[in-house]
Amino acid sequence: MNREVSFILNDRIISAKLNPALTVLDYLRNNLHLTGTKEGCREGDCGACTVLIGSLQKNSLSYKSVNSCLVPVANLNGKHLVTIEGLNHNGLTEIQEQMVDEGGTQCGFCTPGFIISITNYFLQNDHYNIDSAIEFIGGNICRCTGYTGIKRAIGNVITVMESLPSERKNRIELLISANLLPRYFLDIDKKLEKLSKNILNKNRSEYKVNTRHIISGGTDLYVQKWEELLESNYEFVSENEDLRQIRKKGNEISIGAAVTVEELQTSSLIQEYLPFLYRNLKLFGSLPIRNRATIAGNIVNASPIADVTNILIVLNAQIILASKKQERIIPVNQLYLSYKKTVKKKDEFIKSIVIKIPRKYFLFNFEKVSRRIHLDIASVNTSIGISYKQNKIIEASIAAGGVAPIPLFLKSASNYLLGRAVNNNIVKQTAEIALQEISPITDVRGSAEYKSLLLRQLIYAHFIKLFPDLVKIEGLV
Amino acid sequence: MKSYDSIQHVKGESKFVDDILTPEGTLYGYVFYSTSAHGKIKKIDFSDALNILGVRAVILASDIPGENQIGNVILDEELFASKEVHYVGQPVALVIAETKIQAHKGAKAIKLEIDERQPIFDPREAFEKGNLIVPPRIFSLGDVDGTWKDCDYIIEGRTESGSQEHLYLETQGCFAYPVEGGSVKIVSSTQGPTTVQKIASRVLNIPMNKIEVDVPRLGGGFGGKEDQATPWAVMTALAAIKLNKPVKLILPRQEDMRVTGKRHPYSSDFKIGLNKEGKILAYEVVYYQNAGAAADLSTAILERTLFHAANSYYIPNVKATAYSCKTNLPPFTAFRGFGGPQAMFVIESAIHKAAGVIGVEPYFIQKKNLLKEDDEFPYGQRAENCHALKSYDDAEARYDLGNIRKEIDEFNSRNILVKKGFALMPICFGISFTSTFMNQASALVHVYVDGSVGIGTAAVEMGQGVNAKITSAASCVFSINPDRIKIQSTNTSRVANTSPTAASKGADLNGFATIDACNLILERLKKVAADELSVTDVGTISIQDEFVCIDNEPTKLSWNKLIQLAYFKRVSLSAQAHHSTPGIFFDREKSKGKAFAYHVYGTAIVEATVDCLRGTYEIDSVKVVHDLGKSLHPVTDRGQTEGGIVQGIGWMTLEEIIYDLKGKLITDALSTYKVPDIYFAPKEIQIHFLEDEPNPYGPFQSKAIGEPPFMYGIGAYFAIINAMKTFCPEKTIKYNAPITNEKVLMWLHSND
Repeated sequence: MNREVSFILNDRIISAKLNPALTVLDYLRNNLHLTGTKEGCREGDCGACTVLIGSLQKNSLSYKSVNSCLVPVANLNGKHLVTIEGLNHNGLTEIQEQMVDEGGTQCGFCTPGFIISITNYFLQNDHYNIDSAIEFIGGNICRCTGYTGIKRAIGNVITVMESLPSERKNRIELLISANLLPRYFLDIDKKLEKLSKNILNKNRSEYKVNTRHIISGGTDLYVQKWEELLESNYEFVSENEDLRQIRKKGNEISIGAAVTVEELQTSSLIQEYLPFLYRNLKLFGSLPIRNRATIAGNIVNASPIADVTNILIVLNAQIILASKKQERIIPVNQLYLSYKKTVKKKDEFIKSIVIKIPRKYFLFNFEKVSRRIHLDIASVNTSIGISYKQNKIIEASIAAGGVAPIPLFLKSASNYLLGRAVNNNIVKQTAEIALQEISPITDVRGSAEYKSLLLRQLIYAHFIKLFPDLVKIEGLV
Repeated sequence: MKSYDSIQHVKGESKFVDDILTPEGTLYGYVFYSTSAHGKIKKIDFSDALNILGVRAVILASDIPGENQIGNVILDEELFASKEVHYVGQPVALVIAETKIQAHKGAKAIKLEIDERQPIFDPREAFEKGNLIVPPRIFSLGDVDGTWKDCDYIIEGRTESGSQEHLYLETQGCFAYPVEGGSVKIVSSTQGPTTVQKIASRVLNIPMNKIEVDVPRLGGGFGGKEDQATPWAVMTALAAIKLNKPVKLILPRQEDMRVTGKRHPYSSDFKIGLNKEGKILAYEVVYYQNAGAAADLSTAILERTLFHAANSYYIPNVKATAYSCKTNLPPFTAFRGFGGPQAMFVIESAIHKAAGVIGVEPYFIQKKNLLKEDDEFPYGQRAENCHALKSYDDAEARYDLGNIRKEIDEFNSRNILVKKGFALMPICFGISFTSTFMNQASALVHVYVDGSVGIGTAAVEMGQGVNAKITSAASCVFSINPDRIKIQSTNTSRVANTSPTAASKGADLNGFATIDACNLILERLKKVAADELSVTDVGTISIQDEFVCIDNEPTKLSWNKLIQLAYFKRVSLSAQAHHSTPGIFFDREKSKGKAFAYHVYGTAIVEATVDCLRGTYEIDSVKVVHDLGKSLHPVTDRGQTEGGIVQGIGWMTLEEIIYDLKGKLITDALSTYKVPDIYFAPKEIQIHFLEDEPNPYGPFQSKAIGEPPFMYGIGAYFAIINAMKTFCPEKTIKYNAPITNEKVLMWLHSND
């Protein structure tokens, strides 16, 4: 069952036969005794185990942060894995120094994860400000400092970086000269190139189904059953190029099943043709989660509160289901049967998602309320898509999550809107109809009464945002 | 001074229990817990568990050589349930296997049959049924009953404050291994190494001198590892001795959240009486503390609730009654503030409600009633070096409260759906263990022949920076570079009979003990120097910046040379010192005494914005004036203040502990129990430390910092409800914390 995995760990090349499903976290801590990477929650919710994974893309080296508790070692093949130990050199890096001086660390358990995430921020950006930096450490929880010292530390590093002469260096050279990275990072691209030549990458060919068990991002599977995964024979598809493409064909965008939420957000095709997708996914997980979680995973997991699915329903996305024998297409809102049950057969997998590019007068809004705004699962989420022409709604689609056993298309409420002009009365009616369609339950994310009330409010919010001139707040709420 | 610990942390080189390199052959534990909240054990069947590959043993109550008893204050808690179970999550057995996964499989294979009994989860119900941990406690001052007739306003109400998960990032854990002659070494993530040692001795039936407890550091404690690190350490030691093997037990996060105790929820009734001028004449309060299924530290926490019943206010007539109610939930335990925050939430709610009735801002009532020098607390102690009013006035002026008020009013008149609010939160927190005997500590200081210094104390480093403070104090006494000083792990063989590192007292008690021990060595060194330099009056000798001085003039005799000299002259370079806080006492019969060495004061102004359409909110700013004395380590003190505030805000707002109807925790993961993240933390935290206010009762005039700032977070609750009130002024306010998004929306828009 073990497989050969070859990669660079910090500054050394490693080639080992490993259980491919073993998490990077366990491999580091138990096999290699590199204990700077901490286990805080094993569900990607604390960031104490954050590491960087670097890969060569079109001959340039790029890094992303991931939760090592959710990443199988199978995905390390041909990669550069950077842990806190790999940032240490003689003395402290600028980031480490500032974290000490500004009280950015207290008990120290979360600290390595923060240092990794902050380093990643400076690897990815060439213009700096504290708000954009916060997006990079939004997935790191600290229970001691209240984050204030951490923000000060980042602010000081930004000042240092901004004071550097703007010579033309590549980022890695720049960060080495600013004492943010150790020197060995200079050769990593060459080493990786050599390494990848030695690795026979079978995944480059078109993806064929070999097994019913597929792991792509693993951000849910590794939370639910990491122990079981070690004993099963899974196929790890997140590196498969064929499943990672975003393509435009005519007036359609096709998104491969292994495309991650972050790749979707940063894709120029999506930004141009489906801007609502990338604008509204900032509240999806954290950066390390978005770097792993896939669109197909969000769909197939069938959670009634899946954010991406909610949006895809309103965009009337089509799901391409493939098996060894055939492929079939079904609209996303017909995928779900009941709680966590879909029409997908056991031998089928989601190959891609196809979305028609909406017309110019298409209006879209997404609302989500959770216990905490960031890195949290919604109590209720809802999307609305409206085509509005000559003061009338000609197309309408509303989806709601967290109010039924499945991600729900609000059919009656959507139909009610057709042909109507927008005013307070229509908005109230729409909400009322919507509340007839839902069946929320009381659970950890709120009482049934709360979820109903919240959906009503969020439907109001849709219209207040999309039609600020037509909806009068005073008479509505 | 850069903190040694911080440097290790940023490099990822700090070693927590789970990071220690374990020998080959180490076995792993997994605990099997009760899934029933209350019942009699009919049968435990673990035969299937023993058949699982790698499982070496299943350890039960019947395997305990000593007493099956881990109660610390009151002996009412078993290590492993033997006959009855009292909460979901109560340990019943420990499975030992060759790997963690095998141990987990073993635990899953155990079958427990329970004869179910009716559980109780509500403290008031427990009270009505007479299920109390201890008899009621009452603190009183003046004559409450005789004063109501003099009051122009009498306001009554009820408050609820919720539980809180510590969420130390490092979960509970222990590594233990047998040493020769039936001794055992325990490496535990505990705030109380002596507690672990004492209870391990009782359970294992071996004397304390055969048990060495070592605590390298904690990845956060917050009170959660004061008493509740003990069971895991003791059961690991039990397995190590029984199997004669090293054993490691680290609780997975979800387990840790499900089975360990948290902050006590309180349900309280208040009655407050004021005159026309807003002066509080009488305050009567009854606290129903939900203690959970065993005493743990509940009685001490209950007492501190009573101590802080009146927060920063002087109220001439007070009657505070407290019930510690036994329920079928995991025993609630110490958490930063230790019952104090729960008391302060009630008095602040009473003032807020009274202000609403009278038609003034709470500010007017707060300000009119703040403690002044020599005012009497309900427990008889008088306010000394009182900075209640000073910090309040300073906050008002420094942060321009008038302008804050004006800007908020303007914002609210411009916006219909989004409203802002603010609140002031004064705090007064007593510093000392309220059990007087616990206010003691020892330090053992060694100067090694190379001039380096090793210090062992009772203090456990858990992020609060106690090591940095002790280093700073020792480097001051010796006048040497702090880099020469290393604070050793907290170890019961170095320092015995320690009090837990708790009650914000770690740096005070252990700092004083360290200073005393260093001084003992310093005096010897001065004599050696006087001798060497042929000076007759030792009083003229000092060490300054690593050189011996005569009359403050440096000589060529350096620290290193002096140490060498002392060693060759056969002078002891080691010293042990014991410190006990002077002048404190407390008579539990009368509930009167000078319970605290001193008090810490301060005031926060908290501002919040509420989205009244969606029922969400943000904390905009927290602006504080805090009474700190002279800081031993400013980076640490600032960090403790900021971190405490955010944790306090979390308790009042986001953090909600929910059990299902059977007593099972459902907010048992970071995906369902949300603590503040970097976005949720206030956008702005400003802290000003009162200047020129040294503290004669703290080492080098410093003051305790760990707990007091937590209570500024209470201001967030009132800032949020004040914002909500401007959206719907006619609705009745509920004092029911935490104020989650759900409560905000339901309150703003439901019809009740």
